Amino acid sequence: MSDSEPLVRAEGLKKYYESETDFIDRLLGRRSWVKAVDGVSLEIQEGETLGLVGESGCGKSSVGRTLLQLQEATEGSVYYRGTDITELSSSELRDLRQDVQLIFQNPQSSLNPRLTISDIIGEALDIHDIVDDKQRRDKKIKELLDRVGLNASHANRYPHEFSGGQLQRIGIARALAVEPDFIVCDEPVSALDVSVQAQILNLLEDLQNEFGISYLFIAHDLSVVEHIADRIAVMYLGKIVEVGTPEELFSPPQHPYTEALLSAIPEPDPKWEPDRILLEGTVPSPIDPPSGCSFHTRCPRVIPPKDFAFEQTEWRSLLDLRLRIVDRELSLDKIAADSDSQGMDAALRDLFNIPQPLSDPQAEDILSEALSHLEEHDFEAAEEILSEAFVSPCSVHEPELQQIEHGRAACHLYDSRYDDGSIEPEVRP
Amino acid sequence: MSTKSQQSQTNRGRIRIEGFDAEAVEKRDPLSAWQPELETKEAKSRTYYAWRRFKRNRLALFGAVIVTAMVLLTVFARPWGLPEWIPYLGGATVQPFSLAAQDPATQDILVGYQPPTVEHLLNWPPSTLHIFGTDWAGRDLFARTIYGGRYSLSIGFIAVGVALLVGVPLGSIAGYYGGYVDEFIMRIVDMLYAFPFIVLAIAVITILGRGYWEIVLALIVVGWLSYARIIRGEILSVKQNEYVTAAKALGARDRSIIIKHIMPNAMAPVIVQATLSVGTVVLTAAALGFLGLGLSPATAEWGVMLNVEQDSMARGNWWAGLFPGLALFFFVMAINLIGDGVRDAFDPQGDKKGSGGFR
Repeated sequence: MSDSEPLVRAEGLKKYYESETDFIDRLLGRRSWVKAVDGVSLEIQEGETLGLVGESGCGKSSVGRTLLQLQEATEGSVYYRGTDITELSSSELRDLRQDVQLIFQNPQSSLNPRLTISDIIGEALDIHDIVDDKQRRDKKIKELLDRVGLNASHANRYPHEFSGGQLQRIGIARALAVEPDFIVCDEPVSALDVSVQAQILNLLEDLQNEFGISYLFIAHDLSVVEHIADRIAVMYLGKIVEVGTPEELFSPPQHPYTEALLSAIPEPDPKWEPDRILLEGTVPSPIDPPSGCSFHTRCPRVIPPKDFAFEQTEWRSLLDLRLRIVDRELSLDKIAADSDSQGMDAALRDLFNIPQPLSDPQAEDILSEALSHLEEHDFEAAEEILSEAFVSPCSVHEPELQQIEHGRAACHLYDSRYDDGSIEPEVRP
Repeated sequence: MSTKSQQSQTNRGRIRIEGFDAEAVEKRDPLSAWQPELETKEAKSRTYYAWRRFKRNRLALFGAVIVTAMVLLTVFARPWGLPEWIPYLGGATVQPFSLAAQDPATQDILVGYQPPTVEHLLNWPPSTLHIFGTDWAGRDLFARTIYGGRYSLSIGFIAVGVALLVGVPLGSIAGYYGGYVDEFIMRIVDMLYAFPFIVLAIAVITILGRGYWEIVLALIVVGWLSYARIIRGEILSVKQNEYVTAAKALGARDRSIIIKHIMPNAMAPVIVQATLSVGTVVLTAAALGFLGLGLSPATAEWGVMLNVEQDSMARGNWWAGLFPGLALFFFVMAINLIGDGVRDAFDPQGDKKGSGGFR
């Protein structure tokens, strides 16, 4: 990193939303928080595009909106040109709005259907008194429309008279009206079809070249981000798991989540044989994210515990079983009914693809004991045995972003301290 | 990881964007000959387009004509003087015309219930001309009907207007800010909603006493609740729209966001509700009169007239109830037509120009 202050810098940004509670719950202080953004730090240099990818619900948009102070951060700070904008008063914030702007995903709902295009763009000009007389205002609106590739004579139309791509251009023109230095693009092309996507992306790039604007480009489509971004940050469950230039990100070593994301990009080649990494299960609830590395519940490359010699798939299956037991999400009666006389032990092994016996005899003993507890519907005992015996650093220690061979990733796989699956005793819970 | 898989990894995800030639799409010939119809040079205001759409709506225009005609009739029914308490000008006549030949209060008890017949139409001198007939006290029904509009129409418009001025801001604040402000305002609304409206109105009048402004106040107290509730619900849904976030991102003030972005998109149901309730408010005022809590039974107010004459229809004196009833009916209907027209006019997407059912 250069020592010059980046244009935008976020430090330990957190945004928690209160989940639905009723009045009684609030009185009794029973609140639960959805941890949409859980400690994100990032920086964006002048004229740079940072891509932010992740599956839906991982907190990408919340990062964007918190950066712009459209939502108050629960914790952490955002610095714009070195000033902490979380501390600004509302009038100072209003001045800041001239420098930072937002482009939305859905162009239909981001433009007021009851205002003409000239009113929509003119509003930005009026708020910040950018032009003083009416003629110059009209001229400026026409210039902006021209700049984004629209016919300036359409200024008096309503949004519903335009196509999706045109509407997105209008949204861009509105953001440009205040001549910002930093624009958060919140999935600006996700709602558009592919040919229009390319046009909008090219337009954004042209504008960047012309005005030196920095972008935070939020998307769930890696191929789009790769096209436009200088650096890419991958988010999972409110945390950034890997950052790097597209080249760094697209080449191993990678965070296992990035690897899985990349493997999901379809190749325009009929002979392509997909070697997709399918992630098991669903994204955990952000209300109660998993301990340690929040990806360990689905990670195909979890570090096996120190004292056992596991195959990777074996260990993954075992971990799945343990997580289901911890969540009490096993209907043993149903499994017993479906298992046609082969016994609970075998039925559970079948269900989770756990081999009989495990490659490690010591582990096999522990597993059999846990399964026998399960047979008696004693979840607690089974959980205790498994949790006691099989502890991976992934489920205990929270990884931090660290330099790996290419870029930076938050994964214990690239931390030599955890190579053998050991856990430092003083931090073991 | 093997070298082979590394090889394939580096090429993964490399979608070649050259495949979608954006320039070719922009520069190719247009796929159809469609050209925008409207190529105006100067920005025209939203109200201009709304007014154009309203004018195209014949039913709404019909309603507007009826209401305008009724307003003119009531204004020019009898001469209009300024109240005595105004210095210097007190008692001066502002409006000298008088469409009704007789004073609506002039009684002639001996000739009560004169039917409206052609015979009477041709009578001369016009002092005995009763084209709508007379009521039980021999008062001219034509004069009473057009003069009565002064009470009914003004109660309707004033009560609804003030109720809007109270309910809409309160509901907007509750909906926009949410939280404890919302709780506070909406719990008051809920509390007042717990009473049947007419009972609440009666309670207010019992406290304040009878009279024109007391009725108006009672109707406002019960009227603002529904506007507050409707606008709050609408705002809750409208403020989710991204254009509200966009306005905030531009640095717009809360007041201008509410007025410019939220209100226009949330007002339509309130406008419809308000126009509908002009009718109901007029009827409620009449009901209060019937219970002895409104204007006095001698007043030429449509509702009061109907209530006083409620038995006469059965006795064959149909005209005594028919004309005030018709006046009420036409007024409420016309008001509703206007309400629908206004709603359609402010919705640019309703502008179908007769092309197909779906947008």
